[in-house]
Amino acid sequence: MSSQRYRFLEHTADAKFQAFGKTLEEAFSNAALAMASLMWDWKIIKKESRRSIEVEGKDLKQLLVAFLEEILFLWDVQGYLLGGIEDLIIMKKEKTFNLNAVLLGDTNKGNYAASGDVKAITYNEMEVLEKNGFQIQVVVDI
Amino acid sequence: MELKQISEFKWEIPQQGDMRVPAVIFTSVKLMESLKGDQTLQQAKNVACLPGILDKAYVMPDGHQGYGFPIGGVAAFDEQEGIISPGGVGYDINCGVRLLRTDYRDTDIIKYSKKLLDAVFREVPAGVGKAGIKRLKKNDLFEICINGAGWAVKQGYGRAEDLERTEEYGSMEGADPQHLSSRAIERGIPQLGTLGAGNHFLEIQKVDKIFDPESAGVFGLHSIGQITIMIHCGSRGLGHQVASDFIRLMEDQYGYRDLPDRQLVNAPIGSKLGRQYYESMSSAVNFAFANRQMIAHWVRQVFKDVLGSEKGIDQVYDVCHNVAKFEKHKIEDKWQDVCIHRKGATRSFGPGRREIPEIYRDTGQPVFIPGSMGTASYVLVGTSEAEKVSLGSTAHGAGRVMSRHEALRRFRGEKVKQELQEKGIELKATGFKGIAEEASQVYKNVDEVVRISHESGIGKMVARVVPLGVMKG
Repeated sequence: MSSQRYRFLEHTADAKFQAFGKTLEEAFSNAALAMASLMWDWKIIKKESRRSIEVEGKDLKQLLVAFLEEILFLWDVQGYLLGGIEDLIIMKKEKTFNLNAVLLGDTNKGNYAASGDVKAITYNEMEVLEKNGFQIQVVVDI
Repeated sequence: MELKQISEFKWEIPQQGDMRVPAVIFTSVKLMESLKGDQTLQQAKNVACLPGILDKAYVMPDGHQGYGFPIGGVAAFDEQEGIISPGGVGYDINCGVRLLRTDYRDTDIIKYSKKLLDAVFREVPAGVGKAGIKRLKKNDLFEICINGAGWAVKQGYGRAEDLERTEEYGSMEGADPQHLSSRAIERGIPQLGTLGAGNHFLEIQKVDKIFDPESAGVFGLHSIGQITIMIHCGSRGLGHQVASDFIRLMEDQYGYRDLPDRQLVNAPIGSKLGRQYYESMSSAVNFAFANRQMIAHWVRQVFKDVLGSEKGIDQVYDVCHNVAKFEKHKIEDKWQDVCIHRKGATRSFGPGRREIPEIYRDTGQPVFIPGSMGTASYVLVGTSEAEKVSLGSTAHGAGRVMSRHEALRRFRGEKVKQELQEKGIELKATGFKGIAEEASQVYKNVDEVVRISHESGIGKMVARVVPLGVMKG
């Protein structure tokens, strides 16, 4: 198991990445950071503002789409830049998976460089696998 | 996979397995090689498996791998038996291109091109996350979704004749915003009047070649050196949200287990959810028309301020690249009402079609194929041949051949900008990263794409325009 959080793979039209984690939660967190890295340098974002989020999905892939889209929405509408994630918990309920997390980040007031507009999260080539821990693969539409 | 070459620029995947119809790919020997290397052909095959598909599943000359449908994918579905799929339209609903012609010549603006570009950059809000215009209310947004470019003209952005020179006359019938999610509304409100990032751009160009003087004349393009302005953008976050919302709703209602690709989730055209998607997608289409209408207005203002007049800055046309709509097509010798999906493809109607404005009814509609940043773009004319062989469609752009990631490894934005400057092209962008990602080398050669369209007869070359100034979102 590499300690690498995520890596980008070749994809002609869009951006494709794999994210890794010892747990499913860690892999989900790293997938969010991978997506953020397409738009800003999440490592330098001050953790000034906390946002609690909750999303659900009928399966893990739908949950992943909902989770990443939540971060995209906060960026698109509020200029919220993700810098880290705390307390990410995924729970399996009877018919759904639920995810709760606290996002740490800052609102961009022009003090950060953010570029590259991720339009949406696709199901194309999406994988959520238990493999040396967990491995997630996502193609985002740019 | 069985693949048959039918003619110099046309291949067919014969009906096999679960395919309900064959798939047809317009390409060349050279470009076919890159298609074989990715999922384009498999995605075309998948489209051919969808319920109610008529005629064939098509891939246009700029086709490349997408998600669900390939980019450059065109398919028609039976109104009764068929489906409608957000994956057949894409996330950037009504991403499209508007072309303005002017009476200015390159010699008139040569001294002012930097000033023009700076002013455009100031007046046309660019870049991700920047606010567009004064905050709209929900009611305003609904009106925009219903009336499209017509709303913008009513507000004083542009002229009534611009509407006539816009696909769907600037407003899709049947748009109804009542099923837009609050998120779609929230994303739409601050983004009206913005270009957005990625491959979107605004170019000040000059006519560099005229292939078909007669059609060019009808389009208002008369001479080499004439200045044109091209605007390429879409429905922004509102469109993206509509696509995402309905993909989820359709998954929840209809499931995706029988589909060859989850991204092809769909609903029957006549179902409640299918209709709601169509009404919401049409709202996003109209939002994008209004968006380009406002940007075009600001460009005219800038020309007026810098050069003294906006006279002669007329709209040639405005075309959609990502859309589903109802059209009549002759399939197996029978006129049929179909729900056509064009994802990364341009309508290419020839002479006589009632959907195109009277001024173009003898020539066919204008079609614009933007090249990559810093390279030529083309003006084509729609053909009756396209109506026979490609459901009235042709290419929409150059089509990428290199990933953004690879582009960032290979190119530096500063260097790309400098190289363009050496070619006499001014560039303004919000960041260097976006410039590197859009370097011209990452695209297929647009000349080859256009040549395939021309030789196949699905869109004929009229003129070529080259950039003098480029603004990237």
